[in-house]
Amino acid sequence: MPAPAQLAEIWVYLSASPLLGLTITLLAYQGAYWLYKRAHFHPLANPVLLAVAALVLLLQLTGTPYPTYFDGAQFVHFLLGPATVALAIPLYTQLPKLRAMAGPLLAALVVGSLTATVSAVAIGKLFGASQATLLSLAPKSVTTPIAMGIAERIGGLPSLTAVLVITTGILGAVSARFIYQALGIADHAVRGFAIGVASHGIGTARAFQVSEQAGAFSGLAMGLNALVTALLVPLLLPLLQRWIQ
Amino acid sequence: MLGALTLLLVFQLIGEVLAQLFALSIPGPVIGMALLFVALALRGGPSPELRDTAQNLLQHLSLLFVPAGVGIMLHFRRVGDEWLPLAASLVGSTVITIAVTALVLGALSRRAETAGK
Repeated sequence: MPAPAQLAEIWVYLSASPLLGLTITLLAYQGAYWLYKRAHFHPLANPVLLAVAALVLLLQLTGTPYPTYFDGAQFVHFLLGPATVALAIPLYTQLPKLRAMAGPLLAALVVGSLTATVSAVAIGKLFGASQATLLSLAPKSVTTPIAMGIAERIGGLPSLTAVLVITTGILGAVSARFIYQALGIADHAVRGFAIGVASHGIGTARAFQVSEQAGAFSGLAMGLNALVTALLVPLLLPLLQRWIQ
Repeated sequence: MLGALTLLLVFQLIGEVLAQLFALSIPGPVIGMALLFVALALRGGPSPELRDTAQNLLQHLSLLFVPAGVGIMLHFRRVGDEWLPLAASLVGSTVITIAVTALVLGALSRRAETAGK
């Protein structure tokens, strides 16, 4: 049994290296995924939610600051880039269906993108959110890196936006099934597309667990919504600013 | 695996370079996805290796959002102060967006189908 002083030394060494942040991220996720599987992939047992909660608790208990953790976790974070590029592959397999639905998809995309931004800011304003928070909310339905970029450009707080984006993703992944059941929507292409517009990559991850078609359409919606929102939000900004003051 | 991963990174890199070069507000990986999609359409589909790598990467897409999610630690104070507007806005807007998008797409694609018949 090593002496406490020795243990403290090991802790000091480990907490300064990226190994710990990376390892606990993978462990927390796999534990969360195990629970998710045990719950028969029930949307309420969302693995992102469970893993984030476990990690925040652990970091708080050990007094580890977020930047120290992120030194290790950034290797996982980095893979978001190539994973986004990889969405082209399931999308390609859906090419025939995509061609057949091109017009409706485009219309639903523009309506969905506007709804996401306007409703987030309107409800926030209604409940008295501060201006910085409202601007951070505006791009909350698009994938993390672009949402942070938009928030920065329009005067929001990029790191707050990242959290709001993740929360939106989890909320969409958790609630989509119940919304579709209530509305009687069964087509997997439609289900996937709508969750992709509202809840970007986390919605897409959830959609892939439902079916490959839902996943492919969700990935498409996430990519297209990133484009459309990046173009629309700066255009809407003068209107939003007049509104939130 | 290695070749496919390199290919994905090359497309991401091309996307990032284009985004910087033309000062686009679209993120590099999204441009890379669009370019790879065009390349696949021209080439007539992905290699089995690329298909497998993409599947492995996308199977645990949720994992990749965990590090950014833990960033909520940095905003405990603001979230504590503004929890009601934040919760109302996120829940309300997400549910409304999913419902509106699904209803619009469902209605339009049904109409397109009947028109095509």
